Parts: sequence; structure tokens; C-alpha cells
Amino acid sequence: MLLEDKDRIFTNLYGYHPWNLEGARARGDWDNTKALIELGREKIVEEMKASGLRGRGGAGFPTGMKWSFMPKATSPDRPSYLVVNADESEPGTCKDREIMRNDPHKLIEGCLLACVGMGAVAAYIYIRGEYRLEYRVLEAAVKEAYEAGLIGKNACKSGYDCDVYIHHGAGAYICGEETALLESLEGKKGQPRLKPPFPAMAGLYGCPTTVNNVESIAVAPTILRRGAAWFSSFGRENNAGTKVFCISGHVNKPCNVEEALSIPMKELLEKQCGGVRGGWDNLLAVIPGGSSVPLLPKDICDDVLMDFDALKEHKSGLGTAAVIVMDKSTDIIKAIARLSYFYKHESCGQCTPCREGTGWMWRVMERLVRGEAEEAEIDMLIEVSKQIEGHTICALGDAAAWPVQGLVRHFRDEIVARIRNRKSVSMSGTSGPGQQVAAE
Amino acid sequence: MPTLKINGQEVEFEQGMTVLQVCEQAGVEVPRFCYHERLSVAGNCRMCLVEVKPGPPKPAASCALPAGDGMEVSTESEMVKKARNGVMEFLLINHPLDCPICDQGGECDLQDQAMAYGHEGSRFEENKRAVKDKYMGPLINTIMTRCIHCTRCVRFVSEVAGVDGIGLLNRGESAEISSLEQAVASELSANVIDLCPVGALTSRPYQFNARPWELKKTESIDVMDAVGSNIRVDARGNEVLRILPRLNEDVNEEWISDKSRYACDGLRKRRLDKVFVRGDNGKLAASDWGTAFKAIAEKVSSVQPSEIGVIAGDQCDVESMFALKDLMGRFGVTSLDCRQDGAKLDATKRASYLFNSTIAGIEEADAILLVGTNPRWEAPIINARIRKTWLAGKLNVGVIGPQVDLTYDAEYLGAGPETLSDLVSGKHPFLEVLKKAEHPMVILGAGAISRADGAAVLASAHALAEATGMVEGDWNGFNILHTAASRVGGLDIGFVPGEGGKDAAEIVSGAASGSMKVVYLLGADEIDAEKLKDAFVIYQGHHGDKGAHVADVILPGSAYTEKPGIYVNTEGRVQMARRAAFPPGDAREDWTIIRALSDALGKTLPYDNLADLRKTIHAAHPHMTRIDQVMAADWGAFGEAGDMDAAAFTSPIENFYITDPISRASETMAECTRVIVNGGDEADAEQGTGTHG
Amino acid sequence: MSAETFEFTGEFLAEAERNIAKYPYERRQSAVLALLFQAQEQNHEGGHYVTEAAMRKIAEMLDMPYIRVMEVASFFTMVNLKPVGLFHVQLCGTTPCMLRGAEALMEAVAEKFGIGHGQTTEDGMFTLTEVECLGACCNAPMVQINDDYYEDLTPETLISVMETLKGGGEAKIGSQIGRVTSEPEGGPLTLTTGPAPQTADAPNAPSMTSGGGN
Repeated sequence: MLLEDKDRIFTNLYGYHPWNLEGARARGDWDNTKALIELGREKIVEEMKASGLRGRGGAGFPTGMKWSFMPKATSPDRPSYLVVNADESEPGTCKDREIMRNDPHKLIEGCLLACVGMGAVAAYIYIRGEYRLEYRVLEAAVKEAYEAGLIGKNACKSGYDCDVYIHHGAGAYICGEETALLESLEGKKGQPRLKPPFPAMAGLYGCPTTVNNVESIAVAPTILRRGAAWFSSFGRENNAGTKVFCISGHVNKPCNVEEALSIPMKELLEKQCGGVRGGWDNLLAVIPGGSSVPLLPKDICDDVLMDFDALKEHKSGLGTAAVIVMDKSTDIIKAIARLSYFYKHESCGQCTPCREGTGWMWRVMERLVRGEAEEAEIDMLIEVSKQIEGHTICALGDAAAWPVQGLVRHFRDEIVARIRNRKSVSMSGTSGPGQQVAAE
Repeated sequence: MPTLKINGQEVEFEQGMTVLQVCEQAGVEVPRFCYHERLSVAGNCRMCLVEVKPGPPKPAASCALPAGDGMEVSTESEMVKKARNGVMEFLLINHPLDCPICDQGGECDLQDQAMAYGHEGSRFEENKRAVKDKYMGPLINTIMTRCIHCTRCVRFVSEVAGVDGIGLLNRGESAEISSLEQAVASELSANVIDLCPVGALTSRPYQFNARPWELKKTESIDVMDAVGSNIRVDARGNEVLRILPRLNEDVNEEWISDKSRYACDGLRKRRLDKVFVRGDNGKLAASDWGTAFKAIAEKVSSVQPSEIGVIAGDQCDVESMFALKDLMGRFGVTSLDCRQDGAKLDATKRASYLFNSTIAGIEEADAILLVGTNPRWEAPIINARIRKTWLAGKLNVGVIGPQVDLTYDAEYLGAGPETLSDLVSGKHPFLEVLKKAEHPMVILGAGAISRADGAAVLASAHALAEATGMVEGDWNGFNILHTAASRVGGLDIGFVPGEGGKDAAEIVSGAASGSMKVVYLLGADEIDAEKLKDAFVIYQGHHGDKGAHVADVILPGSAYTEKPGIYVNTEGRVQMARRAAFPPGDAREDWTIIRALSDALGKTLPYDNLADLRKTIHAAHPHMTRIDQVMAADWGAFGEAGDMDAAAFTSPIENFYITDPISRASETMAECTRVIVNGGDEADAEQGTGTHG
Repeated sequence: MSAETFEFTGEFLAEAERNIAKYPYERRQSAVLALLFQAQEQNHEGGHYVTEAAMRKIAEMLDMPYIRVMEVASFFTMVNLKPVGLFHVQLCGTTPCMLRGAEALMEAVAEKFGIGHGQTTEDGMFTLTEVECLGACCNAPMVQINDDYYEDLTPETLISVMETLKGGGEAKIGSQIGRVTSEPEGGPLTLTTGPAPQTADAPNAPSMTSGGGN
């Protein structure tokens, strides 16, 4: 059963209504926020824990628990900070953009409540640089909120002081990694930090910091208003709540849509996105959670559920719930090779396996696209990917390795066929760079 | 004490150590490239991965992992071997296979570790990356294709040298180390060459000169300043090819200044390799020892002892100064001085002329007052120690004297003695900073005490030390920062005017006025030599520098790399230099020249070999037996209270790179002067870049 | 070091100062990206890039070493260190856009304007850069031209947009097939209850003006 509109949190997801404070209030935002603040820090964290909300930025770490890691006592020279990760850059993902340009007050109100929940004095929203329009909307919404006394000193007349600032990036996927984001926020290159120490101990400016995804923060006010039980009534156990899915690629109607977690993938694509181009049987594969997670071939897609655990069982992941759909016209090797290029391009260059390995993988992948390789190189490619995976400072190494591993896991035959085909066709063959080899 | 297991072996460790440090302490080898114990942890090379339980099922970078009680660490498991193997392979895929033409060959971490941890062959079929070489100044040669991006160089210049001259530009596989085509403007810049674990940054002056296994390596002591940096002198045949730092935690840690490292090409230039005697025609002519000694004997016998003056220079070993003093004493000569800069230091009060806190003691200090010194140029190693202490967080630095970029924050208090007086009299608020400090320190430079009013400045500083509790218990924060390697040794053996004797300035002015008939310069060049023209000048030294130009007799001596010798550094630390090469031509070890001369003068010195000479020195000055040690000096009254000149304090060093006969003869130091001090550009450099692209 | 100098002026100075004020004073280095961005904006006519003089000024304003500014500037793709055309066409080439025809867009631009990745038209009007995911995947394929996103493109609509811009006109921003933001093509399948969806002239259809949709 599909989610009903009454249970949707992002009621202005498509921007049919004004984003501004007046519009937001009409949608129920900033409604007696003071009362929510007065729940107090412990109650807020408790409620968030009970809601079962898992981080919406990709890793799926329980949000309430994350908040609870923040130190109870802070000193004025070492305040606590909330940092909102709005550096939405995971290929396939474009949900936070809609929240920021259409429902910015949900995010700002969430910032205030999250700050209360973790004893933070300020929130910095780090938005990717390319989102110029969204940046302007956010800045304007923050200004409105200050002017209305909703944030700043004595926010919502609660006695709580809380500032919200918008900080923009300038084009670097890696800044979506929380510690790279903090480095960039401090005015340095976006190179991930070594952990420990974790941000909750030493984050922004060396102070206790929690980094949360836009969506995780933006759903918090509604969770607190409607209750943890309401939120956790959606989705399977350990996969609670509603979620904005971004469906791109070969569906008839690509779109963002808020649905309950654990919705069957097929239902999501058929009901909300006009179905796969050419019909379900024309489906080749789906990358279910943004470019970093391994793809799933059609037979798994037939009945897999869209949640953390179900996708993990199939050695993939929910990630950001960015569903990239590929029909049978897709050159699947090329589609993944393009992702390998992406990771090579976005590697920060700091640590050896990622800096050297992503380029190596991409170059091999490019040859595989053309079939210019030996079959033994497929296993070598997997070995290289394993030499990167788990050996780097941050998860970009893993993210670069997994799509390649997923490709080989499910489409090895395709790769082998292309190599063999290349060897068998004459030199006058038609398989120029990037060209599809004749269909099998 | 907490414990953990390394490869099944239980070891104890101190809280706060990293897993890598614990492994090291336990003697378990962990390979690494980016980690360096004196730099911040970068954790980027991933070579030091180990398996740790409990923990996620993936290896962890041991350099950045805090050791935990009860951890089980494996450095030999299959997981670890595979991880290292993988990292090694990644490091090598884009590394050129140019070891045969690489100056790092034979002393390359990458080469060594590739042998120990690498694959036997390469699986990399793609094109290798080529990186354009960068210009980093006259000292650092770059072959950037070899760079493995460990960022040791970036961290060194930013953290230790404090100049922020090098960065890692771009990202991903395009990441490149760069100084933006500028010379790295630090007196410590060339340490990055030692730090570079591969052949990306190599020594430019030493480029393609030798292989490490061809070199004879001699452990010695540097004399380019008064720090007494511990060095290793590498020579091939009789030629010193390079100088490297040697570890001494108490002195130079593992750094040396660029002058200590690179002035050595000056050892090959302008050398005095023959005896010269000024003939009747007024011209110096090559001669022999006998003729020279005879000329000296004739002259000395024709004048009164009071008409003879002796000045020892800045790079003299204790042995030669002692022997010369001994010899002159036998003639009743009392006009001796080892303070050619005119420092008003009292040789009888050791605490008055030492860096009493010791160099390592700087790290204890929480307030430092610099008076009349630019430590960045006078002793870069000591300046780095101050910066290190400042970085650690609790140090306040005040400056009276030259206002320069010291690489750390310093409060400028004033230019000259007036400010010092204000401090002593309590008019200046910095007095409170010193008073409140647990370990206050004053560093008095040569620029403060080599003035006419030096004794009064000294007295004033003494009063300040007393007023602020600088000397309490084991702590003595009263420090003199010398610029000459020989100075403390000379003062220790009393190479100063005796009863009725004249000091260096008086000897020089006496020579000009005619009252001083014979002047013996033992490597003394930092004087107004022109004024000596009318006197009979004996110059004993190694370079045809200022002193030799006015000499009537030149006795060719040895440079510091060419003789064994004792040097006492600014702390009072007695250290032994060793011979790495023989002096050129007829030149001899200095004490042997004096011994031979004593024969010719009929006052034969009673030591026939170095051991006997040293025995005599030890008998006279027992602390000289305490090699590598600093003996705390007794505090007491010193200086002469009096009026001070209002003139501002200045540093005696106008150009860091050129300060002495050796550096004046060095082409490398001249090039550094042109580029770094005078802002000359790369285009004029003798070598361009990009020869290895 | 070049002899030219740089000063922030007018609205760019105001923006620079407003951004610096977002951070604790001693942490003002945090504003480096904002200042690089403003410097580039201020230099829009001059090629929309940051000059050495600008970076030296920023280093001075934020009390950070020049090399650190350079590190940041060279790390981020949106900071141009070389001049670009009056319109910087950043064409997303990552898989979601590729799946929906990004390559055809590249080819169309190459054919029409004679420029490939990293190239600028001779008249200085357009620079084409293939960039990585711009986060508008549900509206793929898309390009960003200066500040604005143009979405749901075909080779024809992209060329049309570029022609319009070249001619000094105002091209429609956002979806080129009439979608409002990332709704499904043809109208929403959710959020159909409550206030009537305004599919035409939706208040949040991208516009350059800030402010509410009322």
C-alpha cells in the first residue's frame, strides 16, 4: 500500500506552494515550536531514538543515538555544533535540493530542535556550491526565521539561543564525507580526517560536533510533533519511517517521491515513476541507493524491498535512496565505468589506495567497455578494488570499489563476452570507444 | 600500566601512545612513509596498516590509532600482508622505474620497502603518470613524478620551519606538491630533502654527485653557528660532498640549517693550501714552513710581549686556541681575545656566557624575552625549538631589538636598552608576564652584548633575571645566544686578555696606531682587517679571506671537517668533531702548526700528539672531559651596571647565508643570497626546471 | 608575484563581509570559499576566475597563508583559475545524466559551437565543461549555465537555450519540458490532496529573484 498524503512529511516537495515562512506555517511548520524545545534535550533525543530514524545521508546510522553521543557539559570556549550536510553530490541523489528550495523552514526548524537535542549553540548548513538557487532560498528563509524570532537569541521565546548559518561549498563530492566537510567548513581543502577522534569529540573547530544529512534534520520537527510511534509505524522493523526516493534513469517518469521505507522496488517504480521504460521486463539493473552501492540485476529487483536491511542482504544498500534505473538498452559496463571516472575525479588525493587505485580501476574499466582486455584482468580488477576497499581514510575508497564489484558480480558474462567479441571481430570492427557491442 | 598484545606478545605502554609507537617500542617493525615522529600525523600513505582486535574487520593505520588496553595487534597476519602489498603496489604504479638515475638510490625508503613488502612484478598496464617538476629554490631539486604525496615536506615547512611555503595542490591523482615556483624561504628548508622518503625532493647542489655507498661517513659537529648541530660529513676521497644532520635530541633533534648543510662547497674554494710569506717587494709569495717560522721568530724577538696581540676567530677548535694561548703565555703575551665581535662577556663567570637553560630546556619555558637577537638567523635550530614550544601552546615571547618574522607570535616591546630598563624598573607590563611565568627565560643575543655598553646591558639583564625569578632551583633561564662556534670554548679556556692585556678592539686599534706591532690571527676574519696593515700580521687559517689579505705570514690551517677538535656550543656542551677529509696541500691541523711554531720560537710546547694536548686541556679545564654534556654553571653577580646607549639593538647577522670564511666561499650560499635574501628569480638560476618531465 | 591588485567592491564586498561574519572571528578562514566565489563573481566580465591578486587579497583578509588559499582554490572545481566564457556551460556527464542522453548533448554543443570539454568558443561566449553529478538527477540530462540549472534537456532544447543566451535573451530556467521541479512528468502522482497543485507558474519554479512565492 502506498503512503497516503496525510502521512507525507514533505508536503511541498515539488514546490507547488510558497517556500516562505507564511507558506511553511500554513503547512504546520513552526507551530508552537517552543513546546517542542521545552521537551528538553533528553526527551528530544529519546523521541528521536524511539522513532527509529536512521540517517538519510547514506550510512543509515541511528540519528537519535548520534545525538546522544554529544557531551552533556560544554564550556563557552568549546561549544557544541550541529553541522548539516547539504553537500548533496552522490550521483542519483537530488532530494535535499527539493527540501532546501521548497521546504527550507522544515530544515531550519529541524536545526533548532536538533541543536536543543544535542546542546549545540549553532548550526552550519553546508550546501554544495552548485546549488545557487537553493542557497539563496535558504539564506532568505534563515533571514525570515531570524526576523520572526524563531532562531537566534531566545529562539521561539524559549530562552534557548541558537544560530543558523548557511555555508556553501564549491564543487567537491568528497565534502559530503563528514570530516572532509568539516575541513572545508574550516576553510581548508576537503580532505577527510583520521578517526578517531570522531566529530562528537572533536569536530568543527575542534569542538563537539554532529553532522547530519538535510533530510534527517528536516524530518525531526514532524517526528517530534506527530510522535515516534507514528513515524516508526512505516517501514519494517529497524527500517522505520518515510523517505524521499530519487528515481532517475530509464523510468518513464523520473521524480522525487516520499514513500514509506520497505516499499517493494517494483511497486515504487511502477506506481510512482510510470514504470520502467519499455516495461518491467525491459529492466536490466538498478543501482538502488546512489552510485556508491552495488547494482542489482533485474531478478533481484523483482521482489526486493527498498530498505536498509533488504538491500544489504543482497550485498547492496539503501544509501541515499537514489534509485538509478537502467533498461536493456544500457551499456552496463560503460554505465559503471562512468562511475569509476566519477570516483577518480572526486578522490581527494590524500591517501594512497584511493588516489592511485581509483585511476587504475577507471582505466581498466574503460578498456573493458571496449573489450580491450584479457579475461584475467577481470579478477585483477576485483583484486585492485579489494586493495582499495577498507584501506582508505574515508569511505570514498569503498564507494569507488563497490560499483565495480557489483558489476563483476552480476555481469561478468557480459564483460567476458565483450572481450571475446573484441578478439574475434576483425580490425575493421565497429566497436569504437563507447559503442555498444552487438547485442548478444 | 596498560598492556596490549603485538603478534601475541604482551607489551606495556603509556597512555596516549599510538599503536605504531608501541610497536616501535617493542621492536616490531611497521613500515611507513608519511609518518614522522616530529611531524603531525597525516595517516595518508596507509603503509602502516595493522590488524587490530577488537575492531572492524579491516586493517587500521597504526600511526593514527591510539593504543588501547587489551588490544590485540597483528603486524604479520594475512590481512596485514595483503594490505601492505596492495599499498606498495599502488605507490609503485605511477612511480617511475628510474632508480638507476635517482639520487635517492641506495637510501630510499620506497626502494627498501618495495624490496621488503612489494609484489615481485607489476600488473599495471596503463600509462604512468608524469608530473611536471617544480622549482623550489637553489637547494631543493624536484623530480615530482616520483612523489608519493606523503606530505612530509608540507608538514615540515608549515610546522617546524613555520613558513607555509609548500602545499599539496589539486586533488585526486592530479594532486601535486608545490611551492608555487618560489624558493622555500626558510633557513631550514633543505631538511625536506632528508624527510622525503623517495627521490622527489633531492639535494640540488649534490645532484648526481655520488652514490651513498661510495661515501665515507664521519660523525662530526657543525661550526656555522654556536648551536653545535650534530652532523654527518660524507666525503668521497678527500672531498666533502655533503653534510647531513645527525640525531641529537638535546641539540638539533634531527634538523640542521641550510647553511650547516650547504656551505660545505665553500670548503673547496679560496683555500689556503700553501705557506705564504710577504717578501721584500711587499707581495705575498709561496714559501715553506721553515721560512715562515723563521720570519715569525725574527719579528717576535724584535718586539715586546705587550706589543703582540692574538685574536681567535669564530670557528676555532679548543685545541688550537689552547695551544696558542699556552705558547703566547710562555712569551708573556697577555693581549689575547677570542671575542672578535667585542662581546663584553666575563670569562670568569661561566653562567654569564652560557645558554644556561639548555636548548632542550626551551621546551620548559612559558615566557621568553629576546634581547638584541634574531634567533631565526643567528641560530635557526634554536628558533625552531622556540617555535615548537610556542606551538605547544603556553609560550609568550617578547622582543626587544630587531623586529623580524620569527615564525611565531612575539610581542614587540621596544628597540633598545630603554625598554630593557623599563622592564627592570617595572614600568613595562611584560615584566608581569615574566614574573608570572613558571619558567621565564631571557635570550641575550650577540647584538646586545657586543656593544660598547655590553657590560651594562649584561648587568641589566642580570637584574631582570633576578627580579623575575629566572634562576630558581634547577631552572636557569638566563641565556646568551652566541653566533660563533668557538666562543664558549675560548671563554672556557680563558682566551681573553690577561693582566694588562688588550681586547680584540684594542688590538686592532693598537695596530692602527702603531702600539701593537705583531698581530696573530687564528682564523679571525670578522675584524676590521684594514686597520692591521701596519702591523706584522700572522694569519693562521683555512681560507683566503679578510685576515689573509693583510697577512705578512700565512700559515695554512684546517677547516672544521679536516681535523679532530673539541667545540663547546652556546649551552656549554662539549662536543667532538672528527676529521672527514685531510686539509689541502701544505695545510695542517692547526694545533700541530702551533706546536711546530713553538719549536721554532724556542718555547717548545710539551705535547707531541693530540692525546697529550687533550690531557693537558683536561687537567686545566676538567669539564672538557665531559663530552656531550652540559655542566650547570653557578649563578652569581656579573656585568657592570652603568649607563646604556639609547641606540637600538641590532643583530650581528645581516645575511644568514654568508657569515664566515667558508660560507663566503660557497657558491651555494651566494645563490641562496641572490634568490632568497635579495628576491632574485628562478629564471636567472643556473639550473632550470623540468629536465625530468 | 604579479603587480596587479585586487579589492572587493560594492555588493561583492558586502557579501564577503557578510560571509566572514558567519564564523567566530579567529575562525574567519572558514569564509575562504565564499570569498573565492565572490572574487570570481566580481570578475565575471573579466573571465569569471580568481586572479592571483584576488587570492593574495583573500589570504590577507582571512589571515591565512597564500599557499593555503591556493590549495583550496585548486581543490574545488567551481573555482576557476583560468578565464572562462561569459556563459560557462557545465554539462553533467555522470551516469544518471549519461543514461538519459548527456553524451548527445556534448555532441550537439560540439557540433553547433565547435567546443569540447574544457574549450571556449572563439567569441568568448561559451566554455563547455563536462562536470560530475550536479544533483538534479530526476531532471536529467541537465546543464548548469553560470548560476542556473537547465533540465530535462534534449540536444535541441539545449542549443536553443544557448542560442537565446547568446542573443542576450532570457532562457527559461529549470525543466525544459514544463515539469515543476522534480515532479513526475505529466503532473504529480502524490501530494494531490490538500491545496490544489499549481502546475503552472508554481511559486517555486526557479527564478533569479529571492523572496517568497507570494
